[in-house]
Amino acid sequence: MANTEQVKLLGFWVSPFVRRVEWALKLKGVDYEYIEEDIFNKTSLLMELNPVHKKVPVLVHGQKAIAESFVILEFIDETWKQCPLMPQDPYERAMTRFWTKFAEEKIFYAAWNALCSLGEEKEKAIKLTVEAIEKIEEELKGKQFFGGESIGYLDIAIGWMSYWLPVWEEVGSMKIVDPLQFPATNSWMNKFLKHPMIKENLPPRDEMIIYFQNRSKELASKPHEWFRTP
Amino acid sequence: MAGDQVTLLDFWASPFGMRVRIALAEKGVKYEYSEQDLRNKSALLLQMNPVHKKIPVLVHNGKPVCESLIIVQYIDEVWKDKAPLLPSDPYQRAQSRFWADFVDKKIYDLSRKIWTTKGEDLEAAKKDFIDCLKLLEGELGDKPYFGGETIGYVDIAFVPFYVWFHAYETVGNFKVEAECPKLIAYCKRCLQKESVSKSLQDPQKVYDFVVMLRKNFGIE
Repeated sequence: MANTEQVKLLGFWVSPFVRRVEWALKLKGVDYEYIEEDIFNKTSLLMELNPVHKKVPVLVHGQKAIAESFVILEFIDETWKQCPLMPQDPYERAMTRFWTKFAEEKIFYAAWNALCSLGEEKEKAIKLTVEAIEKIEEELKGKQFFGGESIGYLDIAIGWMSYWLPVWEEVGSMKIVDPLQFPATNSWMNKFLKHPMIKENLPPRDEMIIYFQNRSKELASKPHEWFRTP
Repeated sequence: MAGDQVTLLDFWASPFGMRVRIALAEKGVKYEYSEQDLRNKSALLLQMNPVHKKIPVLVHNGKPVCESLIIVQYIDEVWKDKAPLLPSDPYQRAQSRFWADFVDKKIYDLSRKIWTTKGEDLEAAKKDFIDCLKLLEGELGDKPYFGGETIGYVDIAFVPFYVWFHAYETVGNFKVEAECPKLIAYCKRCLQKESVSKSLQDPQKVYDFVVMLRKNFGIE
């Protein structure tokens, strides 16, 4: 029954949160209709489907709407059982969820803060991001992917690093994922990007550069209430 | 599961620790409670949670699990034959995860602002906090618990904050019950369950603790 209901995904072209949902759907071979949403000009559809946060991504499965990318990922994994993303063992699952949360709070938001701030605040954010990546580097030692031999949940959760982070480094004139300091992370980033389901599903880099140049300038001039401190 | 060694590294006033206590009680798991001094962290805590150095940490047969909601999900998956905390349907599970995530993102941060700020910041925090509680109240609806007929994942995520309400209300000069009576009735209903009442702290003790923290932080 689950497999015959229509799937729609509300997204925004440059959002890494949306992309990770798309990667999961593509890896599982799930057909879906993509609906682009302008997050600076939100539609009534978005407000109706995600009244609590009013954000993308929102996955619609039949009559059901699900919001928050990690909640969506676990829903996808439980609804479409082919190509399982989460490990089976409860302890492995707890570790996967732990590193997912860690990467989101300590790498993603720290790197974003680094991109959108200036001076001392920027330097501090870069330092925190690098310290967090040291932990990820340890986790990757001896593995092809976080999931082991093949892509799994954690690879999809942290996959944004392979593509968005180098763009942010360029836009923000920052060096964060130094190949000499982080050989395992860099190797994983390259492998992840080469995966057929991933490389066909990335936003255009030149447009990303322009978008983040504008966005970071805009946010750097505002007080940082928008940054959710973990 | 006979022969299981379960230890909980915790701090008495922590709502996050209380979540884990409720989950363990619901499942009838025997465990050793280990009170931690957060101003003087033990070698055990640093060894079991080197990344965050925080409580709660559940140590199961020597292996640590950190982050309260991750621990609760782990408990649900390991001791799966009793008192399921998450529903079995994937969409219902997604809804439970969504609302527990909402509690994590909103309730803790906003409530912290209530006891650490003054003036305009405090007033803004109070308003946002009540708005979030109203959303939760709406989600609860006419159900006895967020989990339906029995307590579940969202109840466990939220109800420990109830014992901090007295502290927020006193320093913030407001009453949650005036704005969200159904939610308060719900909290009291939860407290009638032994797994909850035995896991939660006395609100007066929590208030005294917050007063001490405010002094230490130099907030009047």
